[in-house]
Amino acid sequence: MAISTTTTAGGAGGDDPEARATAIAGEAPPAADADRLTIADRTGLLRRMLEMRGIEQRAMTLYRQGQVPGSFYDGFGQEAVSAGAAFAMAPEDRLCILHRDLAAHLIRGVEPERIFAQYMGRMSGLTDGRDGNVHFGDHRLGCVGMVSMLPDMMLVAVGMAMAFRMRGERRCALTWLGDGATSRGDCHEAMNWAGVQRLPVIFVLENNQYAYSTPTRLQYAVDPVERAAGYGFPGVSVDGNDVEAIFAATLEARERAIDGGGPTLIEAVTMRMHGHAAHDDMAYVPDELVDHWRGRDPIELEERRLVAIGVDVDSVRAEVAAELEQALARAREHPMPAASTAGDGVFCEGKAQALGDGLGPWSGYA
Amino acid sequence: MPEMTYLQAITDALREEMRGDERVFVMGEDIATYGGAFKVTEGLLEEFGSDRVMDTPMAEAAIVGTAIGAAVVGMRPVCEMQFSDFVACCFDQLVNVAGKMHYRQGLAVPIVIRLPSGGGFSGGPFHSQNPEAWLMHAPGLKVVAPSTAADAKGLLIAAIRDPNPVCFLEHKNLYRRIRGDVPSGAYETPMTARVAREGDDMVVITYGGMVWSALEATEDLEGASIRVLDLRSLVPLDEEAILEAVRECGKVVVVDEANATCAAGAQVSSVIADRGFEFLDGPIRRVATPDVPVAFSPSLERALLPQVEDIRETCRELLAY
Repeated sequence: MAISTTTTAGGAGGDDPEARATAIAGEAPPAADADRLTIADRTGLLRRMLEMRGIEQRAMTLYRQGQVPGSFYDGFGQEAVSAGAAFAMAPEDRLCILHRDLAAHLIRGVEPERIFAQYMGRMSGLTDGRDGNVHFGDHRLGCVGMVSMLPDMMLVAVGMAMAFRMRGERRCALTWLGDGATSRGDCHEAMNWAGVQRLPVIFVLENNQYAYSTPTRLQYAVDPVERAAGYGFPGVSVDGNDVEAIFAATLEARERAIDGGGPTLIEAVTMRMHGHAAHDDMAYVPDELVDHWRGRDPIELEERRLVAIGVDVDSVRAEVAAELEQALARAREHPMPAASTAGDGVFCEGKAQALGDGLGPWSGYA
Repeated sequence: MPEMTYLQAITDALREEMRGDERVFVMGEDIATYGGAFKVTEGLLEEFGSDRVMDTPMAEAAIVGTAIGAAVVGMRPVCEMQFSDFVACCFDQLVNVAGKMHYRQGLAVPIVIRLPSGGGFSGGPFHSQNPEAWLMHAPGLKVVAPSTAADAKGLLIAAIRDPNPVCFLEHKNLYRRIRGDVPSGAYETPMTARVAREGDDMVVITYGGMVWSALEATEDLEGASIRVLDLRSLVPLDEEAILEAVRECGKVVVVDEANATCAAGAQVSSVIADRGFEFLDGPIRRVATPDVPVAFSPSLERALLPQVEDIRETCRELLAY
């Protein structure tokens, strides 16, 4: 697997983040981990990535048609990061999922129909129209929905891991974070706390080169994967467009975590291929950078691998397309929330229910 | 019924709940080995061990953020801010993560944040604040502020058992000054107002440390019968008790130790103006700290924080209205 522990100067590409991204991107696709992943697993990973892309492409259209209110944020080109990491977790693990990580929701068992309904502000069982389209997490499936203030969820993940350790449970918490989030204090507080208490938590740094319009060279002086050593735990950098590489790095981190080995920071180097949100044409991104990453599409990369071992990826694509058309049609049947309920639910009136387990057929690899 | 200080009653509540519910644990800066800056958690480490009485890094956002994480996987964390002023450092976690979670996702966040608050001892601008209005303004947070030892225990137990984030304001100036009979065992005090003293010529509405100032100020005021209403809870706010007091007394003084603008007392005054106007026999009068940081030097601090004489003078003026 193409995993480099970054105990030396910046890993591939040295300290220049753009050169580093280019260097990693230019590597040949790593070989699949045949011992770990069956063909069914790998097809499942591809399928989740195709679903993520298909849902987001349809949602972008819905947004332009005025059927998705607000703005719309997608993870085009980053599908491997959430798919690979979430796939490596166990149903009893807990996740804080961010706005470019849709595949993680799918892996935990959230149906595309409910995701479309959520995007359109309809009753979905996710937030029932109360929170912005990508801000959700199905707590019954072990997920906490993000807030806009990044990286707040890192601390929540650390707290979940702290509870697991206090209770002596072999479970793990995982959250994603972006390159921009590494600048805020909560990121430091979370990694420091996790290191001090050696907690079973995994931080997946989704380094997509831009925080809105701000490139990483204006965000940090040293690649943040280097910081892990300063907090006393491993930092690894992987090709963020290689779903199997992310899976393998996460699985290894999870094994270390539940064995008492403490946290891991995984940097998934990738590229945000769309603007920050639907309104953003990202004219600030150099064309050559986009062109370079377009040639490294994570879905195409995995498809090439599967085709080589005889998987009929065209059929998978066709099945996903049909599934999503049906899901969208059903989502349109979900009612809009009644205005009379706008004030409901600020406080919990009954008993507090803890997060549930992942229930998707793919939410239990580990 | 044993007599104990306000501080001992808080410790007693923590001990009762930790004995009765293994999900309950306490966390904060210097609370374990040292027993807390005010010694509220003294002795708990020996009884419950370092997992359940946790010294944390000096990181307030992390204290609240990790408490949220622990709570949503089934624990019942009780966090200590060393001083309530430091809640500013974790405001984002409290307001945006904890406060909105249930509304957004139907996920309850049963955490308690203990906030040693208030001035009167030259703590200066960063160790004397009363931050309740910040918290009241954030949907999804409950805010309670006991004034007696018995209520400190009962409200803290109620807060720990509540499925929502509860900010528990414990006034530092009451810790060792106020004593009272405290029932043994676990009990919950409701998050409603209490009549601290009966009366029907006028009512002073207040909470926390100012309850005692109000009682002293109105104990013998030209023979008038002056009620003191102790709010105990600011969110939820007991509007019916407020309106009942106004209806029965006709004249109202509202006292905050906090800065005046948008204070709890401003909200109380608004409720009265909106729903109790016809019961009023005079203007609603307020006593509060001006919108100035709490100064260090005793002469300046006294000039800023409401003193017994300030409350008495305002009451005297209103009685004569």
